[in-house]
This record gives sequence, structure tokens and C-alpha cells, in this order.
Amino acid sequence: MSVTLLLIQTLNGLQLGVLLFLIAAGLTLVFGVMDFINLAHGVQYMLGAYFLAAFASATGSFALGLVLALAAALVCGVLLERLVLRRLYGRDHLDQVLATFGVILFLNEAVRAFWGSAPLHVEIPEALSGAVRLMPGLLYPLYRLVLIGAGLGVAVLLYVLVAHTRVGMRVRAGASDAAIVSALGVNVGRLFTLVFGFGAMLAGFAGALAAPILSVEPGMGDNILILAFVVVVIGGIGSVRGAFVAALLVGLVDTLGRSFSTSLMRLLLDSSAAAQAGPALASMLVYVLMALVLAVRPRGLFPASAG
Amino acid sequence: MSIAARRYVLPLSIGAGLTLVPVVAGGDTYMVNLAVRIMCLAIAALGLDLILGYGRLVSFGHAAFFGAGAYAVGILSAHGVTSGPLLIAAAIATSAALALPIGAVSLRTRGVYFIMITLAFGQMLFFTTSSLSAYGGDDGLNLPARATFFGTDPFGSPVSFHYVVLAVLAFVYLACRAIVASRFGRVLRAAGEDERRVTAAGFPVMAYRLVAFVIAGGMAGLAGGLYAEFTEYVSPAYMSWQRSGEFIVMVVLGGAGSLHGAVLGAIGIVLLEEWLAEITEHWRLIFGPLLVLAALAGRDGITRLLGRRTP
Repeated sequence: MSVTLLLIQTLNGLQLGVLLFLIAAGLTLVFGVMDFINLAHGVQYMLGAYFLAAFASATGSFALGLVLALAAALVCGVLLERLVLRRLYGRDHLDQVLATFGVILFLNEAVRAFWGSAPLHVEIPEALSGAVRLMPGLLYPLYRLVLIGAGLGVAVLLYVLVAHTRVGMRVRAGASDAAIVSALGVNVGRLFTLVFGFGAMLAGFAGALAAPILSVEPGMGDNILILAFVVVVIGGIGSVRGAFVAALLVGLVDTLGRSFSTSLMRLLLDSSAAAQAGPALASMLVYVLMALVLAVRPRGLFPASAG
Repeated sequence: MSIAARRYVLPLSIGAGLTLVPVVAGGDTYMVNLAVRIMCLAIAALGLDLILGYGRLVSFGHAAFFGAGAYAVGILSAHGVTSGPLLIAAAIATSAALALPIGAVSLRTRGVYFIMITLAFGQMLFFTTSSLSAYGGDDGLNLPARATFFGTDPFGSPVSFHYVVLAVLAFVYLACRAIVASRFGRVLRAAGEDERRVTAAGFPVMAYRLVAFVIAGGMAGLAGGLYAEFTEYVSPAYMSWQRSGEFIVMVVLGGAGSLHGAVLGAIGIVLLEEWLAEITEHWRLIFGPLLVLAALAGRDGITRLLGRRTP
């Protein structure tokens, strides 16, 4: 367990954390403001990746592809909200689960029918390829550093937006008590569409950024969605700050756990048993973390709702 | 249809229908096997109906307990155990034992939290089994042999397998009815309606719910154990979150909180999937929007079609 490896894995963990934050930020606001469980948020991430793959290869430019992919993700999010989800606000959570589960099945299959089941390959843009020497003996791919930077940039932007603008104030107020906000004359319907579309775009952004380093395939959003749920639960529903802290925590615990659990288990068990138990333990770590947080704080680290 | 009719006619006709499947099928093992698959899933769906339909607890991790039961059977079989009673008991015990801590943590929360946490724990078990490289990891595990019961071999032929699973289903159904009708069941249901009042009346709601959660987990384990014996194979896919979603769809579209609805839902959903899959490889393109429409239109689909609208 060398220092270099530890640093590389920490950076990898940050990278996962940043992606998780981009997904969880929209998710936590949709949960918080609308009390709406949106299982279909993961497919927005997948769509973002596919849109980038399609537009980048069509235009030949990653940057242009990214812009078009963001626009397309936003359109998809707003369409989804208008056509289906809007009718389910205020309904039983069970209806929401059922409908958004149907949306996932449909969109995953639609992507498979349109682009095929085989993973798509997206080239890292030329300007961002190559690696950076962070310290002697430590090379790290430039694109991944840019990804971490972009994610942190969005986090700052989002913080300013939510904490220091009028719209952000309404969103925060909506997360803590939507009924009162509506009674005070805010058009909650429009606020919902805005939050939803924005959340969808952030998830699409995460998917687009991840496209060159992960495989773009149908269902790619499902597993990361559940990790994003863990982030939302740990951070506290409706709290962007909570989502940020929890996303980095989950990203780091998951990545470091996977790379070091086997060697840690060797301290307790013999090698072959450790090789068995290590990966199994690593895959449980994040959920154990969630259980621990819930045992101490059932409403997450930074609960937003007053009720 | 009157209340009496709903309580007796529907369950009895479902039972009669399932009893007749091997007779109608003649030598067609496809139909019998389909019925066995449906009944295994129905047993798990009954457990979910207990907590979701009656307790109003939307658990999105039910497949994890189904899969845990299957893995208990798979792993013991891989070590040479063939005693049926032992395998089935292990399946139930494993799932119930997992449901206890998972329920204890999840039930501290409500609403959206509960849905997400049960989903997350389900995923945890999914990834844990995927990383069990000694037992096949992602690829799953073939059972070396089917279980025997005291020297007899009821799982040997599709038809006898069918009747064994049918008997288990009938037993589980009747047990659920007894639970629902009992004082325990009424407290569980009342807590689903209004938790605060039940708490105020002095009932430890959390304890009641936890017991129900463990029972439901054990039932899913039983179903998973039978399913592993049926397919002679276990894989992490048994506990995928899509399958948890499918269990919810079965219970909800069949008519949550009626027990026979869970069985009807299992029949309806599996047949619908089979039928759509024959039409097109991309059958989810049709199935997904159907779910959305069902959710938008309101639930209780199949049961309502069968005359739940009382005059």
C-alpha cells in the first residue's frame, strides 16, 4: 500500500464522488422540494452519456457535443416532467415508484433498441488527453483531473445559485415547506419544472463527462442511481450541501475500500480467505456507512426539511 | 361481486386453476414450468403484500431476500447437502436473519427514505453475492443435484414439483390470511393507516413492523429456495433491483392488501411478459409505458377488472 497508490485512489474516489454529487444534487432537490421519488433520474445520466457519444461523433467536436448533449438532456427532462411526472405530484409514493420504474424500463430498452446493447466508445478530446505529473512517480490522466475540477466548479456554482439567488431561496423554501411557499404566491408548478429540468441536466452532464472514461451502455444509470440514493440518504433529503459532503464521502469510501480491503483483510485472515472476503466486504462498505449514519441521524447529516 | 365472493370465490378459482394446469397441459412441460415459476414468485409477492399492502411499507429490496434464500440453497447444495427440509429451512432462516438487521435500520425511517434504504440494502446483497468468487461470482452457481425429502424425490418431475410448490403456496396464503385476521395483523394495518394513533394507543409500532418485515423476508427466502431448486441454478440476478421492482408491480397491479391479488399479479405479470416477449425482443418498450399508464390511472388493475367495483 504505497503512498502513490493511495493518492491515485483518493483522486479516483474524488472523481466518483464528483459524479455522484452531480447526480445526487438534482435528485435531492426533487425529493426535497416535491416529495417525489424519481427512480428515472439514473436514465438521465445514461441519456447524457449517449447524447454526448452521438453528438460528439456527429459534429467531430467534444465541446460542441457536450453543449448539444446538455441541451438534449434538459429537453428530455422537461418532456418527462410535463408528460408523466407532473401528474404524479402529491400522489402516493407507490404510484411514483411504479410510474418511474416503467419509465426506466422503457428508456433503457429504447436506448438498447436504438444504439444496440454493445458499449459505445467515446474518445477523450485531444486537448485533454495525456497525463499530468502531480509529483515524482505520480502520473494522473489530465481528463480525470478536468472532470474533478468541472464537478467542483458546478458545486460552487450550485452553492451560489441555491444560497444567494432569489430562485435558490424559493427552492430552499420549497424543500423545507412546499405548501407554505405555494400559499405565499410562488408558482410552485413552474418551480418544480425548473428544478426538475435543471436536475436532469446535471445528471446528463455527469453522464456526458463520464462517457469517455466509463463504458456507455444501456442500464449504466441504474447502479449509479442507487449509489446516488445512498448519497441523498446520508446527506439528508433536500440538502445540496449534504449531497456534496456525502457524495465525496461515498466516492472515497467506495473507491478506497475496493482497493485496500483485501490487503486490510490479510491482517486478519490468511491470503486466500482475504481474497474472498475482501471484495465482498468492500462492496458492502458504502451501505454499512449509510446504516451507521442512519443509526445516529435518521434524517441524514444535513436535514433540510423542518417538518 | 359481493365481499363473500371476493374472499372465497376468487382465491378458490385461482387455486383450482393452478391445480388443473398439469392436467390441461398434458405432456407440455413448458406450461407446467411456467406455472411453477409463477407460483414461486407469488409466494414472495405474498410476503411483500403483507408489508406493502397491509403495513403500507414500500420495500424496494424484496428480491434481496428472495435471492438470499436461493443462495442459501445453492451454497449448501454446492457443499453436498441434499436434504430438502434442511435446505428449505436454511433458505427461510437466512432471509429472515438478514431481514432482521436490515429491517431494524430501515424501519427507523419513513416514506421516500424507506424506499431508498431498502433499495440500497438490496443492492448491497446483490453486490455481495456478485463478489462471492468461490460461488460463481457474477456468473452464478449451478446446483449439483436437486433436494430429496426423506428418501423421496418430489422435485424430480415437473408435475410433482408443481404440486409441491402449489401446496406451499396454499399454505403460505392461508398463513397470511391468518396473520392478517389476527390482532397482530390488525395492528400492522392500523399502523399503516395512522401510525401516530396506533402509537398513542400504546402499541410498539416499530416492533410490530419489524416482525412483519422478518416474516415477509422469510417468505421471500422460502420462495427463493424453491426457485433455486426449480432452476437448479442461482445467480446475483435473482436479487437485482429490477426484480424487486417486479415484485412491487405484481403486488400493486394485482391489488395490494388483498393477498390473492399478489398471486393474481404474479400470474398476470409473468404471462404478460411472456406474451410481449413473443411479440418483440424489445418487449419492455411496451411493458414500461403500460406501467406508467397503470400508475397514472390508479392502481388495483387486475383485481378491479375482475369486478372489485362493488355496486
